[in-house]
Amino acid sequence: MAEKVARENRLFRWVDERLHIQTLVDYMSHKVVPQHSHSIWYYFGGISLFFFVVQVVTGILLLLYYRPGADSAYESVKFIIAEVSFGWLIRSIHSWSANLMILAAFIHMFSVFFTHAYRKPREMTWVTGIFLLALALAFGFSGYLLPWNELSFFATRVGTGMAGAIPGVGDFLMKLMRGGEDVTGATIGRFFGLHVAVLPGIFAVLLSLHLFFIQRQGMSEPLEWASNPQLQKYRPFFPNFIMRELLVWLIMLNLLAVLAVFFPDGIGVVHWPLGQKADPFAPPPPVIRPEWYFMFAFQALKVLPAHLFFIEGELAGIIILSAGGIVWTLIPFLAGKFSSGKKPALVIAFGWAVLAFIVILTILGYILE
Amino acid sequence: MKMKAGFRNMLLFVSLWLAILTGVASAADQCLECHSSWEEGADAPSAQFQHDIHSKAGLSCASCHGGDPTLDDMDAVRNSKGYKGVPGAKEVNQFCASCHSNPAYMVKFNPSLPTDQLDKYKTSVHGKRLFEQGDTKVATCISCHTAHSIQPASEPTSSVYPVNIPKTCAKCHADVNYMSGYGIPTDQHEKYIQSVHGKALLEKKDISAPACNDCHGNHGATPPGVTSLSAVCGLCHALIADNFAKSPHKVAFDAMGYPECETCHSNHLIEKPKMHWVGVSDSSLCVQCHAPDDGTGGYDAAAKIYETLVNINSIYGAALAKIDTADLKGMLVTDERFALNEVKQAIIQTGTAVHTFDPEAVSQIASPGITSAQNITRQGEKKIEEYYFRRKGLGIATLLITILVIAIYLRIKSIEK
Repeated sequence: MAEKVARENRLFRWVDERLHIQTLVDYMSHKVVPQHSHSIWYYFGGISLFFFVVQVVTGILLLLYYRPGADSAYESVKFIIAEVSFGWLIRSIHSWSANLMILAAFIHMFSVFFTHAYRKPREMTWVTGIFLLALALAFGFSGYLLPWNELSFFATRVGTGMAGAIPGVGDFLMKLMRGGEDVTGATIGRFFGLHVAVLPGIFAVLLSLHLFFIQRQGMSEPLEWASNPQLQKYRPFFPNFIMRELLVWLIMLNLLAVLAVFFPDGIGVVHWPLGQKADPFAPPPPVIRPEWYFMFAFQALKVLPAHLFFIEGELAGIIILSAGGIVWTLIPFLAGKFSSGKKPALVIAFGWAVLAFIVILTILGYILE
Repeated sequence: MKMKAGFRNMLLFVSLWLAILTGVASAADQCLECHSSWEEGADAPSAQFQHDIHSKAGLSCASCHGGDPTLDDMDAVRNSKGYKGVPGAKEVNQFCASCHSNPAYMVKFNPSLPTDQLDKYKTSVHGKRLFEQGDTKVATCISCHTAHSIQPASEPTSSVYPVNIPKTCAKCHADVNYMSGYGIPTDQHEKYIQSVHGKALLEKKDISAPACNDCHGNHGATPPGVTSLSAVCGLCHALIADNFAKSPHKVAFDAMGYPECETCHSNHLIEKPKMHWVGVSDSSLCVQCHAPDDGTGGYDAAAKIYETLVNINSIYGAALAKIDTADLKGMLVTDERFALNEVKQAIIQTGTAVHTFDPEAVSQIASPGITSAQNITRQGEKKIEEYYFRRKGLGIATLLITILVIAIYLRIKSIEK
């Protein structure tokens, strides 16, 4: 036993002499996590990260068999589901994990918002987080087309068509995304490149920054702690918090396994049956709807009148949604300007309004179709 | 009378002016002018004729009925100018034929239209009765084509468009009173609409399905006799007719004077073939002629053919059930479903091969389908096994994860004690 420790120490010394990791170990052992009634929200960032790791692993496995192209994409996905050992499981986990990651990221974002964790000095963490969510949505949009089935084809046609409504650059943007006038095999090539190379590259950089910021700044403490030191209570980051995180991750893994085995094609509105191969000449399916996390935006554009004042309804919608997104991203910089005090009522109200907007329009989107 | 003529003159004057004013330069057809104002309703000859193919081709009332369409005095028209009035049953055919039997004339309108309708008509039962026995109750051209609203057969509104033909024939042939004295049944239409052909044509609107005229001919309408029946059915069911012609039944049926297809399938009420028609059960058609020891071997052949039919159908059913079960369990079975279509095809081919009445030939045709269905069943079983394997795997994984979760939980508790 002593010999083993000595050997470990020797190995540790060898690494430490070269990389000076002792400072990192010291840092980790002193790091603490605030402990209070809202500590539960601290786990959702980690849960998002866990699902992202699952996405990377299952994505790489799918990449071994997936063949992009109008003549091969659908066939290769069918092959993965029907022939490849555990291919069905990998695809199913990839799809479930994508949805759960976005759900966890949304919860993470709103919990950060309502606990005011975006405040100084965490502005850059918030901004990188928003960009990460936007990238996650782009992952969802680009991945949706890859099976090249009926639903994905028409949904992508509608989605890219919306970009065409932007004045000036719209047409260029639409052709850039589609690789031509219409959604074709060329579009698969682009979406595939985006999904497996461009987005992961940018995502990796932003995620590293996001995690680095969190490690440097630590978890945000409740606002009332500053004025009331008696409330302050901490838990060691390592191993106590990490162990708890591991526990949550394991539960998530089991949830993922149960969902993937029992509902390999998804369930209800979160549904991805392979169905029929995309046929540009076939009539579109009766219900074309985006994935649930785009539903609120889709529904918002749908309920707008044909013309809002002097501009086209769809364009007005895109402008309003984009403006909303920019304000949301800049919240750390705007919050202090528009609202004073520890708990700015105006900002909280804005947060609830955004949450209500998303939830209500999403529900309406499914009810009114 | 004078006043009426004056009123008509005024009408003519006004309508002529209107025609000139609206730029219509053609001379008014006096027949239509007056008949339109006298007759009422869409059924009136003048109203019908506006949509008639002859009217569209530039013919007028006078082209068939004679007379001078520029005159408005009926009496003058009657007495001179070759007015023919309403033609009788015998004249009608000649009347239509005066143009339709003239290839040189018809070529102007429709070069592909045959010009032998009258010749054929004369050979038909209708034509013979009319011209040889003077029976004016029989169908003439206008009975089927109508008198004043004639449409080409390709028009869905035409009385001779495939979907409308059964009704057109039934107008007389399903009328018990009208047909009394002819000694032929009047239930053909009733039976036809229940038949596979009738359902395909009238319910599915499949105009390639036969209507009355496809078997009986149209202008040369005649019932297909014993000798020509299989030729009629064989027009569409060529492979079956070929199989039958080579079978031992051909000689036997000919010798006994049986109409070939009709003997088993009937004529107007042609049902979708049932498996039990073949075989040696009480409901089978084979035992109506064949007995176990009649020396023809037909009884044993029937039993064997029935066995093959039952075999391929039950194996197909088993394969389908397995695939449906796997599908219900969420397994991907699109390829298996596609392969099942081939088995379905093999069942149809086996049904065709039954008409060879050779158990060996039937068995040979069915064999690939049976093998394929057995493979599909195995695939289905594998998918169902896979489904349970997945459940078990999940159970084991959940157990392991749960043990790990408990271990970590206990560890946390011990650290924080």
